[in-house]
Amino acid sequence: MKQVLRLTINSEPYELLVEPYWSLLDLLRDHLHLTGTKRGCDEGDCGACTVLLQGKTVTSCMVLALHAKDKEVITVEGLVRGDKLHPVQEAFVKDGGVQCGYCTPGLIMSAVGLLLENPHPTEEDVRFGIGGNLCRCTGYAKVVQAILKAAEAMPAAGA
Amino acid sequence: MNRFEYMEAQTLPEAIALLGQDEGTRIVAGATDFLVRWRQGVWKPHAVLTIQRIPGLDGVSYDPVTGLSLGTLVTIRQMELHPLIRAHYPALSQAASTFAGVQIRNLATVGGNICNASPAGDTLPALLAYETECHLSGPEGERRLPLESFLLGPGRTVLRPAELLVALRLPPPTPHSGALYIKHSPRSAMDISAVGVASVVTLEGGDGVCQEVRIAMGAVGPTALRARSAEALLRGQRPDTALIQQAARAAMEEARPIDDIRGTARNRRAIVEALAGRTLRSAIQMAQGTDFPFQTQRALAVEATF
Repeated sequence: MKQVLRLTINSEPYELLVEPYWSLLDLLRDHLHLTGTKRGCDEGDCGACTVLLQGKTVTSCMVLALHAKDKEVITVEGLVRGDKLHPVQEAFVKDGGVQCGYCTPGLIMSAVGLLLENPHPTEEDVRFGIGGNLCRCTGYAKVVQAILKAAEAMPAAGA
Repeated sequence: MNRFEYMEAQTLPEAIALLGQDEGTRIVAGATDFLVRWRQGVWKPHAVLTIQRIPGLDGVSYDPVTGLSLGTLVTIRQMELHPLIRAHYPALSQAASTFAGVQIRNLATVGGNICNASPAGDTLPALLAYETECHLSGPEGERRLPLESFLLGPGRTVLRPAELLVALRLPPPTPHSGALYIKHSPRSAMDISAVGVASVVTLEGGDGVCQEVRIAMGAVGPTALRARSAEALLRGQRPDTALIQQAARAAMEEARPIDDIRGTARNRRAIVEALAGRTLRSAIQMAQGTDFPFQTQRALAVEATF
């Protein structure tokens, strides 16, 4: 039986009727049409569906939608400020951290989550931080470089 | 995939009462094991009961006299990052750092990892080597028992219907102790261990004989298990190279691995010997006072084929 779910997504309050077996990913993509968050493996292995839940990265396919009750979700759509990209997004564009793009929203959310916890990561911290995100194009080198550059840029951007 | 209903318990007595009403209800916390098994069609519950909103089950507290208390809802990520766990139970924070990716570690709970009772559960060798005690609560009241007797086999525990694992207690570390966990897996990230070994060593006076040795192995038996004959070889002895090798071989002989997708039994036995030796040597160095910062431990914690 559907239940009422109140939560905040990208700073907007929502009140929704959801099925008990929907994942947060089902809710975001199939019902709210927030399709920036990608469905890859649907079993918590690839990281394409990464979002922030209460400021921490989670694979949204591994979260029951009702688990997010009264919580705050940030998806990749919630990172832009007006027409300005988030510094992590800027760095991915500038440093060529994007190829086919499918893993990109998840990688960006993992990077944002990492920098929230650790604003000055070492390269090793970055590699451990994105260990839960699969990318089959880039070989990760430019992704890691982009995240390190974003970390440098962020205090300057006042983020 | 079957459809299921969703229930939320706000208190422990409410959870126990709700579980008692329907045997087809499954408890979930982080739900990371549940969602995979449900999508595979292996688990088909009528309902899930989340215990995530019960207050008081997510605490971490450390006291030098009583040791470490972990609520069942403490996440793997909390164990990885907690400064007191890193300082006093290094093999546990290390094991946590090898567990899936950050996103799963933020969801998955220590209680869930124990109750799922996978022989390859990443936290289990370290928890066994630290002699963890499990606190259970159910319709017939509370009971406490060692983790070693809690685990019965793959996916099987002593939990009775409507009974929950609510907390864990780890005894305080003894002075001049060291500990290390190493996981061997085909891939270096996001993989399940082919073998995991945790060793905890206490040296008398920091340079003398082994006052206490505990070695626990994962993914080489129906449950994670202690290597007791290997421990006995070292206890009361000065740990030299030859004796460590002998103990590592004894651990290999105690392992009861099977052939599966992550390795053959023969290969796994060989890995046990190597990892038992390595974890013992590092634990001894740590007990002798060598500093192992977390970054070093994290780098030692995974040995992968790729």
